[in-house]
Amino acid sequence: MNPALHSALVAGPAADRWKNVRADFPILHQDVHGKPLVYLDNAATAHKPRAVIDALVRFYERDNSNVHRGLHALSMRATDAYEGARARVARFINAADPSEIIFTRGTTESVNLVARSVAATLRPGDVILCTEMEHHSNLVPWQQAARASGATLEFVPVLGTDAEGGLDLAALDALLTPHVKVFAFTHISNTLGCINPVAELCRRARAVGALSVIDAAQSIGHGPLDVRALGADYVAFSGHKMCGPTGIGVLYGRRALLDKLAPDETGGGMVVTVDYAGAKWKPAPERFEAGTPNVADAVALGAACDYLDALGRPEIARHDEALAALAYEKLSALPGIRLLGPRAGGARRGLVSFAFADVHAHDIVTFADEDGVALRGGHHCNQPLMRKLGLTSTTRASFYVYNTEQEIDVLVASLRRILKFFGSA
Amino acid sequence: MSADLSELYQQVILDHNKRPRNRGKLPTANRVAHGDNPTCGDQCNVYLRLDGDRIAEISFDGSGCAISQASASLMTTQVKGRTGPEVESLYRQFHHIVTSGETPDEISDLAAFAGVHTFPARIKCATLGWHATLNALKGDAADATTEKHTD
Repeated sequence: MNPALHSALVAGPAADRWKNVRADFPILHQDVHGKPLVYLDNAATAHKPRAVIDALVRFYERDNSNVHRGLHALSMRATDAYEGARARVARFINAADPSEIIFTRGTTESVNLVARSVAATLRPGDVILCTEMEHHSNLVPWQQAARASGATLEFVPVLGTDAEGGLDLAALDALLTPHVKVFAFTHISNTLGCINPVAELCRRARAVGALSVIDAAQSIGHGPLDVRALGADYVAFSGHKMCGPTGIGVLYGRRALLDKLAPDETGGGMVVTVDYAGAKWKPAPERFEAGTPNVADAVALGAACDYLDALGRPEIARHDEALAALAYEKLSALPGIRLLGPRAGGARRGLVSFAFADVHAHDIVTFADEDGVALRGGHHCNQPLMRKLGLTSTTRASFYVYNTEQEIDVLVASLRRILKFFGSA
Repeated sequence: MSADLSELYQQVILDHNKRPRNRGKLPTANRVAHGDNPTCGDQCNVYLRLDGDRIAEISFDGSGCAISQASASLMTTQVKGRTGPEVESLYRQFHHIVTSGETPDEISDLAAFAGVHTFPARIKCATLGWHATLNALKGDAADATTEKHTD
């Protein structure tokens, strides 16, 4: 990031950290096909700062042990570290209590957990409301829940030929009836980059007595997220998109709801007493964490929370919005490009996805890779939305704290070469 | 542009991508099959008119990357007039080319796809149209998907 934009974005104690942010990420300092790596696939997964890698190594080198019920020193340290990570994540999203944080494998498992558990409370005539822009991970589990319970699945439409209008909020009045028991929506679309008005959506869900479920996979690492200010009932996210390890994620649930929810998986660690006839469940969060949990990755996720808070979450949001806006503007100049999501000036953060009529996304990604630029091409686990927009795939450039304006120039230059090669420019 | 990339995007491939042969539906078709690459969303429909055991006419449509579209286009020009066993034998040759990079001794346009072998993720793109055609020949009602095959 150039110093001018940087100082405009970041002032105060975090400024020094931002100046050296690229040095924190060992993986960035390599060449790909003889060119410096330009990593623009952050919506798929983000890289890990040294502090997170160190936390993982330190845990395995010093504290590794199984958690809970342990009476020896290492087990107590591991338990403290694991429960400390839970409290750290709770603070990261301003949950009222650490017991509202359930560790999962990631967003997908989190949504599946809540969808399967809630499905048991649904009946025919009930409605599950989703939106047309949901990632498959916040769509397919609800399709399954509808199938299992006899509930109906309905969708808030997306507006505009390029989905530039975002969610059709005017349609909510008709859709959000008292029959709606669950309203599941994404905070930031992984394909469109639009920021949805989640506080309003939670409020409107609450007004009809529906549970709100937020897919925060694309927002958790890209700005502030306050579950109590939002009034969210459930929030799902992954660690690996916020500088944490893969294989660890979170389902936040309001305590009052979790205590009434039946467990999804059963086994060791989640029971109070067991006899041959049956078992009694522990309260949340243990009730939802059967078996040995992913201790080391949870601990490292705590370190990722520290890292992002030190950079400043509002500053991260401004940075990722500035890069997305700049990319949108520069890409708009390319001949024949079709950009999805909010137009210039709209509420967009972290990513831009686009298509050309006669050059396919996979060819673009293969060519850009030769220039050291890592992009993603495909349907982005968004097949129904793609179909609605008359597309089979787009190319997506997604940004994070370590990306720079110069990298957007490398992207645009690479795209120009590709268009020239395929005779489109 | 790197040697690997120019090897992948040969002139023959670019030409078939830009001016696909036998593209569109075939009104006289008596066999149809759909091919799907779930990892990237590429799709290919193949329409055949079988005359006895030979492919009298063939066409394709769908959407996908330059490699998948060019491969389907070239495939239609190669299999027309051939029987099922002949197409299977041709596919085995093609599969060998795209997975090993080795080209046959006799001159063949299929050799243009030899560069695919250095991009393993693209082998499924190159074989999509072929899978659909083989399914259409078998009269297999099930959709062809690249995931069923160990490419």
